[in-house]
Amino acid sequence: MTTAEGAAGDLPAAPDAARAAHRSPAIRRMAGALRAGETGAWRWSARVAVVLPTAALAFCVAVLAVKAAPAIGVNGLGFFTHSAYKIGSAYAPTVYTNGIAHPKGSAYGVLALIVGTLQSSVIALVVALPVSLGCAFALTERLPRWVSRPLGFAIELLAGIPSVVLGLWGVLTFGPILANNVYPAIARHMPNVPVLDWFRGTPGRGEGLLTGGLVLSLMIVPIITATTADLFRQVPPLPKEGAEALGMTDWEVAHRVTIPWVRAGIIGATALGLGRALGETIVLAMTTGSINRIAPNIFGSMSTFAAEIVTQLSSSLTDATGFAVATLAEMALVLAVISVLVNLVARWIVTRTSRLGGPVGSGV
Amino acid sequence: MPRVRRRRVFAALFRAGTFLALGLVLAPAAWVLAGVVAKAAPHWHWSVLWTPLVSGNGGLEGPLVGTLVLMAGVLVIAGTVGVLAGIHLAELSRPRRGAAPGGTWLRMASDVLSGFPSIVLGYVGYVALVVGLHWGYSLLPALLILSIMVVPYIAKSTETALRQVPTSYREGAEALGMSTGYALRKVVLKSGAPGIVTGLLIALAIAGGETAPLIYTANFATRVWTGSFVGGHEFGYLTYMVYAFWDQPNKNQIYLSYDAALVLVAIVLILLVSARVIVARTQRHAEGRRG
Repeated sequence: MTTAEGAAGDLPAAPDAARAAHRSPAIRRMAGALRAGETGAWRWSARVAVVLPTAALAFCVAVLAVKAAPAIGVNGLGFFTHSAYKIGSAYAPTVYTNGIAHPKGSAYGVLALIVGTLQSSVIALVVALPVSLGCAFALTERLPRWVSRPLGFAIELLAGIPSVVLGLWGVLTFGPILANNVYPAIARHMPNVPVLDWFRGTPGRGEGLLTGGLVLSLMIVPIITATTADLFRQVPPLPKEGAEALGMTDWEVAHRVTIPWVRAGIIGATALGLGRALGETIVLAMTTGSINRIAPNIFGSMSTFAAEIVTQLSSSLTDATGFAVATLAEMALVLAVISVLVNLVARWIVTRTSRLGGPVGSGV
Repeated sequence: MPRVRRRRVFAALFRAGTFLALGLVLAPAAWVLAGVVAKAAPHWHWSVLWTPLVSGNGGLEGPLVGTLVLMAGVLVIAGTVGVLAGIHLAELSRPRRGAAPGGTWLRMASDVLSGFPSIVLGYVGYVALVVGLHWGYSLLPALLILSIMVVPYIAKSTETALRQVPTSYREGAEALGMSTGYALRKVVLKSGAPGIVTGLLIALAIAGGETAPLIYTANFATRVWTGSFVGGHEFGYLTYMVYAFWDQPNKNQIYLSYDAALVLVAIVLILLVSARVIVARTQRHAEGRRG
């Protein structure tokens, strides 16, 4: 099939085969068969392995769809327009809707979770994007290599800190400190006008939307920083030097040459961070207070899709009809669809731009 | 000259802003690490690592063994599948000369999978493996779900590592008459090994620090892992200790969650530092490294 295999059959030149060559024709043939066999073994095992992720993906989607099917019919479109997580009465006789069994009085709605997931992700992005761009600039354009490498490793380390540890820090240290020193001041001094009055009201005890969003931004900064730093390195030096020679300041070079050069890639990196923020579970379960409601102000406790799925498992298992677990499947399906779409768009943008930028900048 | 001054001010602000941003990231990172050490240090005893966990007291023996077993299992399952998949994508799927590298659909499926929120994978593990196959909360469902999570990552890092092996190596091997498989093992994999190992180490750090899918597939128990893979043998792992023990009324349990956080951070640190060391070691000898 390929030339390599054909050549292996014709030319007895591989080192160990050459050693076998002056023994006997039989051994020589066996060595040849072994070598051909090795190629086949690699080929087949790799072929099997590469199909497995695809199979796993199909399996996951199928399981979610099958499990969620009964819940989708019963919960209907109202699932998306109100907030509730009521398992229903365990003692009243089971009710049937469209032939699907569920406890009397069960009601589910994810409006608050959709809003909460979007709010926390947007807060995380709004904080993380400028910070990440600044970091990427400092690392690639400002600092000498011997400084930027260890700092880059420190940011990589931040990405490696287990989310549960960040959550613990957020709920024990970061949240209370902000709630005691920063939030009250913001809440007191914000003017009482639309939009900004969302920052007013009770500052809480540090478990809520803003704390969760800020800790979340720490998790996505390394992703956006790493991707944009790579992009900045791909920008060829000549246009930048030309701009500088024309007398542009480094701010002008940055926002007229460097950033436009990789704009699509930055959008992709942001979407990659957004995908991560949408799916993050443990940090938000620990730092937002995990209450299925829309936060009354930016400091208020709330919950997100992923956090709700992990915190509601044990109570959902008490539903003998299995309807609560089916509803969890519907929630998981919605979350998966959203974050997969965001991720695919992000990756498409990033690969498209890096393919365009690659050949130009690779001659450094 | 107000215009020149304004431009200078902007430039200075921009410069200050980039360093401020760097500080805004590095300070919390240092704060988290220092905070974890500060919380655990006052009551730290090395014996906590091998003292068994009994309800609310004792040490981290069970959870530590659980996390290490999980990491070893992920290394075996996800490592094998991920590296082989990466080999396929980088080496064995070249459909036409001049065309884009093959396996586009497979690569996209892998990307989609890596975009799956871990809690969704955990839920699938619960529904399909724990309940559906009657495996119960135990090691195998947890291992499979963690592996599904990190296989795309390992495949991608393997593919990247192998693509950086110069084509002349493969051509040289072919000119010497080596079969594709022999050349792959002796030449290509050997020179791609540092990149592959780095990817594996980072994948292990991801797997060891994961919590949400494990709650759905392994649940939790205080005892040490019993050695069985299926059949409702729940076991402990460090991330659960942090997640569930920090707000308990019992002071010992709170201390255990701090200790578990410290051990977790130490494990991740060891993995990431060794990955960095491998990269630095090999880059020194690499030809044509990228600036």
